[in-house]
Amino acid sequence: MDTLTSGGDRREAGPGEGEPGPAARSAGVAARDSYGRLLALLAASTSDLAAAEDALADAFERALRTWPSQGVPGSPDAWLLTVARNRRRDEWKSARTQRTAPLDEADRDQLAQHIDQIDVDAIPDRRLELMLVCAHPAIERAVRTPLMLNTVLGFTAEQVGRAFSVPTATMATRLVRAKKRIKAAGIPFQIPDRADLPARMNSVLEAVYGAYVIDWATGPQARQLPSEALHLAEVLTTLVPGDPEARGLAALIELSAARAPARTDADGRFVPLADQDPSRWNADLISRAHEHLRAAHARGQLGRFQLEAAIQAVHCSRNHGARNHGARNHGARNHGARGSDGTTDWPALLALHRVLHAVAPSLGSGVALAAVTAEVDGPAAGLATLDALLAEAGEPARRFQPAKATRAHLLDRLGRKEEAVAAYESAISLTHDTAERQYLEHRRDRLSRQDQREG
Amino acid sequence: MRYALLMHYREPGAGEISEEAIEQAKEAFGAYGRALESAGVLLSADVLQPSAATTTVTCREGGLRVQDGPFAETKEGLAGIFVLDVPDLDAAIGWAEKCPGAQWGFIEVRPTATAFVDGAWTR
Repeated sequence: MDTLTSGGDRREAGPGEGEPGPAARSAGVAARDSYGRLLALLAASTSDLAAAEDALADAFERALRTWPSQGVPGSPDAWLLTVARNRRRDEWKSARTQRTAPLDEADRDQLAQHIDQIDVDAIPDRRLELMLVCAHPAIERAVRTPLMLNTVLGFTAEQVGRAFSVPTATMATRLVRAKKRIKAAGIPFQIPDRADLPARMNSVLEAVYGAYVIDWATGPQARQLPSEALHLAEVLTTLVPGDPEARGLAALIELSAARAPARTDADGRFVPLADQDPSRWNADLISRAHEHLRAAHARGQLGRFQLEAAIQAVHCSRNHGARNHGARNHGARNHGARGSDGTTDWPALLALHRVLHAVAPSLGSGVALAAVTAEVDGPAAGLATLDALLAEAGEPARRFQPAKATRAHLLDRLGRKEEAVAAYESAISLTHDTAERQYLEHRRDRLSRQDQREG
Repeated sequence: MRYALLMHYREPGAGEISEEAIEQAKEAFGAYGRALESAGVLLSADVLQPSAATTTVTCREGGLRVQDGPFAETKEGLAGIFVLDVPDLDAAIGWAEKCPGAQWGFIEVRPTATAFVDGAWTR
């Protein structure tokens, strides 16, 4: 299954570890696009992803060896398909004499026949069907995102496992099991009918969103697959250009990714939004996000991902104006978005967060609503909103790190130092991001020192 | 592909369900059976007697053992079996959704591995 091991140029692409050249990078992206396309195509007739992976493995090994130096061929898919076809034909010919299980052989023959029938000059794109299979209700929710990364983008079990902090063998087992299930249960590679499509598309969006969430959860240093969520979302918008939520999701991921370079300082320390240098944000990604949002809004169908993206867009809006350094001296009150004149459009944010929490209530949307309420109506109002939410959510909220961190900040601002220190401590114990942990520790220590001085 | 739709639900006690409700269920199953048949997907459909009528047979421990009652005593029991021939899981789920038993129980959708057809095990 390690079809793209050498495609792991992305793995080594961490900051300061020798970025691959543009040729290698574009070869890598082209290879990933081709991989998903061809795998979807080969698996579509039999729902047998494992057999399709086998058929592609050699071709990709050769592509990733030769494309970076010799250039990406004019029609990468045709190149790959031809190589795959020739190699498989030879192998099956020799394997057939040794194979004893007639049923397996029938499967191989079916796939071999299917490969022969594909017109290499007009290769259809079945990746949406593949994404629908990965996010099918008969597939366990937790494996949907890994399965997508593995099949649509061709990341290995090792790479996906690392992104999810799961041992390679465990992730490989999960992926193999899911693929067996797809074949055995007969999950079809097809677009569902109109009645089922919205729910099924929603699962696809959720699974892509899952890739975006691991991006942030593992933190900038731990991230192994820098742009996988972005890539998945972009693929999805090309497959369903008319779906406003797919556009919204792409915009959301782009706006977050745009700020990633400014999220840590030169020493690798976490930089909160208010202190980030907008000149370090990626302007291309921001403008691409705005294009998606415009296209989405033209459809006139509001949804969760569009709202989240709109919120991110407000946060990014200070990119277009001068930065008001003076505002920072007012302390924590000013963390967050500022308009083009350097001021924060908190009322706009509050309105967006209220709609979001109504459309798609979650712990995350509730905590964000509380934080923004604090900016508009004061920290006491924010804390009241937060505590009401936490009381309602019960047990699951107790281990929700953003809730603890937000609570700590609000208590801090209300001057309730002892409680704030305790809340910082639980937020610190729950975070997985080294940079954020250091930041929270800094805040806690500053409060403790103040306490000692006053005591 | 052949799929078995295994209908599970809690067995009602005697007199627990009104005559009227039983009539309605019969009508619903009638309509369901006709829909399966006219779609050309139905291979067999059986609704089972209550588990009190079950006999379990095994030779696993040497000789024949015959035991009254079901293989496993559970609150929710196997109550009916529909075998369909449909293209894929989505189609099978579509029929399971329409099964009247889904209204008060669970339908397990299970692809068959192999079936004895025309004198041989095939799939």
